[in-house]
Amino acid sequence: MAFKQFILVCGGTACESSKADDIYKNLIAECEAHGVKDDVQIVKTGCFGFCEKGPIVKVLPDESFYVEVKPEDAKEIVAEHVVKGRQVKRLLYQGEETRKHARIEDISFYQKQFRIVLRNCGLINPEDINEYIARDGYAALAKVLFEMTPDQVLEELKKSGLKGRGGAGFPTWMKWNFSRKVKDPLKYIVCNADEGDPGAYMDRSALEGDPHSVLEAMAIAGRVVGSNKGYIYIRAEYPLAIHRLELAIKQATEMGLLGEDILGSGFSFEVEIRFGAGAFVCGEETALLVSLAGERGMPTPRPPFPAVQGLWKKPTVINNVETWANIPIILLKGGEWFSKIGTETSKGTKVFALTGKIKNSGLVEVPMGTTLREIIYDIGGGIPNGRKFKAVQTGGPSGGVITAEYIDTPIDYENLQKLGSIMGSGGMIVMDEDDCMVDIAKFYLGFTVDESCGKCAPCRVGGRQLYDYVDKITKGKGTLEDLDRMKQIGHAMRKASLCGLGQTSPNPVLSTMHYFPQEYLAHIDEKTCPAGKCKDLVRYFILPDKCIGCGLCARRCPVVCIKGERRQPHVIDEAACIKCGECYSVCKFGAVVRK
Amino acid sequence: MAVAAEEIKLTEELRNFVEEWKDRPGNLIMILHKVQEEYGYVPRPVALQLSKDLGVPLAKMYGVVTFYHFFKLTKPGKHKIAVCMGTACYLKGGEDLIQGLEEILGTGINTVTEDGLFSIDAVRCVGCCGLAPVVMVDKDVYGKVKKDQLAEIIAKYRAE
Amino acid sequence: MAKMTLEDLKKLRDEKKKSMDRREVEGKDIEIIIGMATCGIAAGAKDTMSAFLTELDNQNMHNVVVRQTGCMGFCYAEPTVEILMPGMPNILYGNVDKDTAVKIVRKHILGKVLINDHILDRPSADIMQQ
Repeated sequence: MAFKQFILVCGGTACESSKADDIYKNLIAECEAHGVKDDVQIVKTGCFGFCEKGPIVKVLPDESFYVEVKPEDAKEIVAEHVVKGRQVKRLLYQGEETRKHARIEDISFYQKQFRIVLRNCGLINPEDINEYIARDGYAALAKVLFEMTPDQVLEELKKSGLKGRGGAGFPTWMKWNFSRKVKDPLKYIVCNADEGDPGAYMDRSALEGDPHSVLEAMAIAGRVVGSNKGYIYIRAEYPLAIHRLELAIKQATEMGLLGEDILGSGFSFEVEIRFGAGAFVCGEETALLVSLAGERGMPTPRPPFPAVQGLWKKPTVINNVETWANIPIILLKGGEWFSKIGTETSKGTKVFALTGKIKNSGLVEVPMGTTLREIIYDIGGGIPNGRKFKAVQTGGPSGGVITAEYIDTPIDYENLQKLGSIMGSGGMIVMDEDDCMVDIAKFYLGFTVDESCGKCAPCRVGGRQLYDYVDKITKGKGTLEDLDRMKQIGHAMRKASLCGLGQTSPNPVLSTMHYFPQEYLAHIDEKTCPAGKCKDLVRYFILPDKCIGCGLCARRCPVVCIKGERRQPHVIDEAACIKCGECYSVCKFGAVVRK
Repeated sequence: MAVAAEEIKLTEELRNFVEEWKDRPGNLIMILHKVQEEYGYVPRPVALQLSKDLGVPLAKMYGVVTFYHFFKLTKPGKHKIAVCMGTACYLKGGEDLIQGLEEILGTGINTVTEDGLFSIDAVRCVGCCGLAPVVMVDKDVYGKVKKDQLAEIIAKYRAE
Repeated sequence: MAKMTLEDLKKLRDEKKKSMDRREVEGKDIEIIIGMATCGIAAGAKDTMSAFLTELDNQNMHNVVVRQTGCMGFCYAEPTVEILMPGMPNILYGNVDKDTAVKIVRKHILGKVLINDHILDRPSADIMQQ
C-alpha cells in the first residue's frame, strides 16, 4: 500500500489559530466519506511561511498550492482534486497582487523568496566541486575566458545594475572599470568575508553552502581587470567556512579551474585565504586591506580608492561575499535578466539574516522591493509570544530602526536611507515591546566605541561622549539639554569621521531619538523605562489583591528579598532588590508588576 | 608568570609554519594565528623569538596583537567559555547568561577561574543568531540557553 | 585529477547533470540530504546524521546515500533534512532530532508515509531550472 497523493496542511502557529486543525480533521473525514483514505495521506506540516494567506494547503505530487482555505473547503478539495483530479481554481494562489513592489518579470513562482546568491545553498554538497559544476558552475568563467571580451563583461554588469552588497551600494561594474583602466602589471582581487556586524551571518552561510561561486567570480574579475592574484579575507571565527573554502580552492586548482593556464586559456589566477582577527573596522575596505597586509587595521583616507591604489598600493577590486556570488549567474543569464528583478533603482535580491523577536528566524533572500511586512509576517511568521512589533533594526551598528508605521515600505537602498537606516550587510533584527530603544542605542554604541580604531578624533572622542550621555539617560540622570548635545555630536561625527565606521556609528542613536522621542523623554522626565529593560529605572512590586501567597517568587529570588506568610500576600523589599526580574517572570498570577 | 613563561619554546609545527610563511608579504597576522592555535595565547618569549626570526620589532607585534580582539596575551582557561553578545543574543538575554556564569564560576568576565579550568569571554556574534542566546564552550555550541541550564553545562566540562 | 580543458568541463557538466537529474526518475537511489552549516551542526545535525546511519544499518538498507549540504536558511527549524526517493515527492523536514531521524527511515522511507508536524516548504523556486 502506498499513497498516491499527499495533502499537506500547514500547521504553523499562525495557521493553527486560523482553523488548520479543523481543515485537517475535515480532510480526513472527507477522504473516508469518498472512500479514498488509502490513496491519500493527510499530513500536518511545520510553518510554510505564508502566514498572511493562511491556512495553506498543498497537494503533492502535483504541487497545487491552496491559500486562505476554510474548513468547509475540505469537501471540495477532496471531491474535485483528489477524486476527479481537477484543481480547485478559486483556492489556488494567484500571486502577483501581493508583490506589486518587487518586480520579477517572466518568472512565475509562489514563494516570497527568490534565491540567486543562495541558489546552491542547501542543494549541493559544498565539499564536492562536481555538484557545483553540474549546476553550471565555472560555466560563467569559461564563457568569460573564451567568448567574451572584458568590455563585454563590464557591459553585462552595467546592464544588470548590480551594486555592492556590503553596505554602501556602489555600482560593481564601475569599481571593476576603475581598476581595469589603471595600467599596472600587478593588481589584486579581494573578497571581503569579514562579516563583523553582530547579528548577521549571510556571508558565512553563503561560503559554507556554496564556496565555489565566490572563487569563480573572483577569477572572472581577475580576467576583466587584469589580475592573477586573489585574497579572501575571512573572520577567523568561521572555521567551517574556512575549511570549505580551503577544500574548494584545492579541488578547483587540481582540476585546472584555478591556478596556471585555466582551461587552457592562458589566463592564470590563484586565490589565497587570509584570516581576520576580530576587528569590526576591518570590514571597511581600506582598513581591511591594511589588515590583509598584516598591520593594525586602521582605515586610510579615500581617495585614493582601493580600485586605483589598494593592497600594497596596487589597484585592488574589493567586493563582499554576496556581491561576488551574484556575478556568475549574471554572466550566465545576462544582465538584462538580472535587471528585471527588483525595483527601478535597486536590482536583484538581498539576503537578510532575520533574527531577534521573530518566530521563524533564518536566512532569507528576497527581491529588492519586498516589504518589511512580507519578510516579518509572511516569511518570518510574525512576533512570538503574542507580543507587539515595535521596530526592526537594519544595518547593524551602522544602521537605524524602522518602525511599524513604515512596515509597508518596499526595501531598497534608497528607501532605507530615506528612513534614516541603511541596507548594510543584511542584519535584520526584529524588536518587540519589551525592547528599550535607549538600551538598544547604548548596546550599539558600546559596540562601536569598543571597535573604534582610535585614529580619528570624531569617532574616538565623539563615540565615547555619545555613549556616556546615553548611559546617563538609562540611569535616569539625563537632561533635555543632553539630547541636543547628542544630536550635535552625532552630526559632527557623521561629517568629520575618517571612515564609514565613525560616520555611521551615531546612526542607531540618532535614529532611535528620531522615531522614539517619547521613550527618551520617559527616561529623562519620568525616570522610567517603558519597556522595563533599564534596570536602574524599573521597580518591581507585588499587587496584594492578586498575590495568593504561593511563595514561588520568594523561593526563586536570588537575593531573598521577598517576604510573606504562606497564603498571604508577599512584599518585595525594594532596597535589597537587584531587579533581576525573576519574580516577574515566574509569577503565574500576574501579581508581580514592573513599573 | 615570568618564570613559567621562560620555559616556552617554539613548537616544531610553529617553526615549520614560520619557515613557510617567512617570505610572504603580510604574514604577521597569519603567524600570530598559528601561535595562538599552538599555545592558546601569544606568550611573550614566543613573540620575542618571532620578532628576531621575522625581523619585526616586538613593539610592532604588540601593537598588532592588542589591536585585534582575537589575540590574547594571557593564558586562557582549559575550557574557553564564550557568551555571544551579538545583537540577537543580547536581545534574548545574553547578559543574564554572563551574570549566571559569573555566579557559578565565581569569577568575572574576561578572567580565568583560580583552578585554571575555565575562562569566560563575551564574543561578538558566533553566527548562530537563529539559536540565540548562544554559549560556546570550546568548540561546542549551545543554543537557546536558559540561565538554569548553565550549571549542568559547566558540570559536564568540570568532570572531564 | 588532471587539469581540464574547456571540452572536459562541458563533458563533466553534462555527465554530472544527468546523474543529478536521475534523482527525478523511478529506480533511483534514495538520498538523505542533511543541512550541515554551522547552525545546523550547532543544533545537532551531526547527531542526526549518525542516527540516520545507525538506523539504516539496523534496517540493513544499502540503497540509501546520506549526503551533506549547506544552509537552507531555516535556522529556527534546524537540523533540516531532505528526502529524495522514488515513488515519493521530495520532502524537506525540519527539527529532525535523533528520534525523528529514526521515524523518517521507518515511516517515510520504508513505509512511504509522511511524518506529521515536521514538513517544511522549500524557501524558493530553483532559478537554475528556469
